[in-house]
Amino acid sequence: MTALATPTSFSAIEAALAHLSDPEIPVVSLKELGILRGVREGSDGVAEVVITPTYSGCPAMGQIEDDVVAALKAIDAKARVVTQLTPAWTTDWMSEIAREKLRAYGIAPPQCGSVSEAGHGTVKFSRHAVRAETVPCPQCSSLNTTEVSSFGSTACKAQYRCLDCMEPFDYFKPY
Amino acid sequence: MGAPANTNANAPADYLLHLADNALVLGQRNAEWCGHGPILEEDLAMANNSLDLIGQARMLYQHAASLINADDEAGERFKHLQGARVDGQVTDDTLAYFRDTAEFRCHTLLELPHHGPLVGYANSERDYSVTLTRNFLYSALMALVWQRLQTSADPQLAGIAAKSLKETRYHLSHSSDWLVRLGDGTEESHQRAQAALDHLLPYCEAFWLPGHAAEEAALANGTGVCVSELRDDWNAIVNETLSEATLQRNDTQPHVGYVAQGHLGVHSEHLGFLLAEMQSLARAHPQGVW
Repeated sequence: MTALATPTSFSAIEAALAHLSDPEIPVVSLKELGILRGVREGSDGVAEVVITPTYSGCPAMGQIEDDVVAALKAIDAKARVVTQLTPAWTTDWMSEIAREKLRAYGIAPPQCGSVSEAGHGTVKFSRHAVRAETVPCPQCSSLNTTEVSSFGSTACKAQYRCLDCMEPFDYFKPY
Repeated sequence: MGAPANTNANAPADYLLHLADNALVLGQRNAEWCGHGPILEEDLAMANNSLDLIGQARMLYQHAASLINADDEAGERFKHLQGARVDGQVTDDTLAYFRDTAEFRCHTLLELPHHGPLVGYANSERDYSVTLTRNFLYSALMALVWQRLQTSADPQLAGIAAKSLKETRYHLSHSSDWLVRLGDGTEESHQRAQAALDHLLPYCEAFWLPGHAAEEAALANGTGVCVSELRDDWNAIVNETLSEATLQRNDTQPHVGYVAQGHLGVHSEHLGFLLAEMQSLARAHPQGVW
């Protein structure tokens, strides 16, 4: 790649994007969440910043794209943002550091891989069988928690409650 | 499940529109609960459900629009949408907001209001058991459909399917969960869930109706899935949950009588009202932005 085709180096672009976070979960970066997939060279030589959506209808994606564009503009980078669906985003990409940050912020990180969820041909529901995963309370680490609702304040989270410290908390669902 | 196909076929635009219209119309219908849910958690659940569905619809419309714009013959068919934008391009928005009732290819099941059958000008409150029963019947189907479409010969559709499958499984789990509670709950909740099931099950017959040209075209180039082959799997999911919910299947097999044909463009009287509410703002302010 020539200096002419890419006036701003990939590493400079990556550095400029490193501080960007999900507008709804400000403690983890887009990179740590797996939303920012990387920087590559497009077929016309222009740098492409690849992002992948989390949930299909996640309203934060528009904001995230705007944030990336603004960060690129701030360093005068000649690059465009490309949204890529494949491979589909999964919470498995979340690093251990990101999980720890979520926990410290009060959001319980995903407790099982998306594969075990997807392993069933279909989801089998039984009111006698509780969900496979036990979600530890991010406040007091108790395992004595219960699901209040499988849908929460954002598409990616469920609502839980700790039965020991009685605090409600968000759970980042395996996806 | 095999490895994702690495061919580069395109699903027929009409097939994508069928899948997209299903998702959009149910998403719009379920969004009617926003701010009116029976309890706060369910209000949030239904808003999230709509968000997923409308997100799925958007990706499918975007894919369909790019195919339509690249194809002169298809462009001619969708020419009436060109006036909606200065650049004349067909987009996800013009496909959602500027097509009329007869152009929509969603199943009739998904456009019905949230209450049982009514006569004449009768009015009714929304009934949450109808909402949940419909979500259950539809997501049981789509969990099977998206699973197979992950290996569609159309890589973009396969990508959308992989995302949609994860969301659909949550929808299925949520609606099954509630159906069991309602069916095996109080006398009142059981009676309402049974009435919802009796009302909605006959509309599911449309899933298996032969002569769906868009699906046949998609099957021919390896991009689609044959839904009628999923019938036994769908029955298994439905029957298992219904039996736990102590609900009866009263649909006679084989089905006798009219089969709803919304997916072929013949809709109930309800779709027009739904579209009018959804489309009026975009039509009053074409190209309006936030």
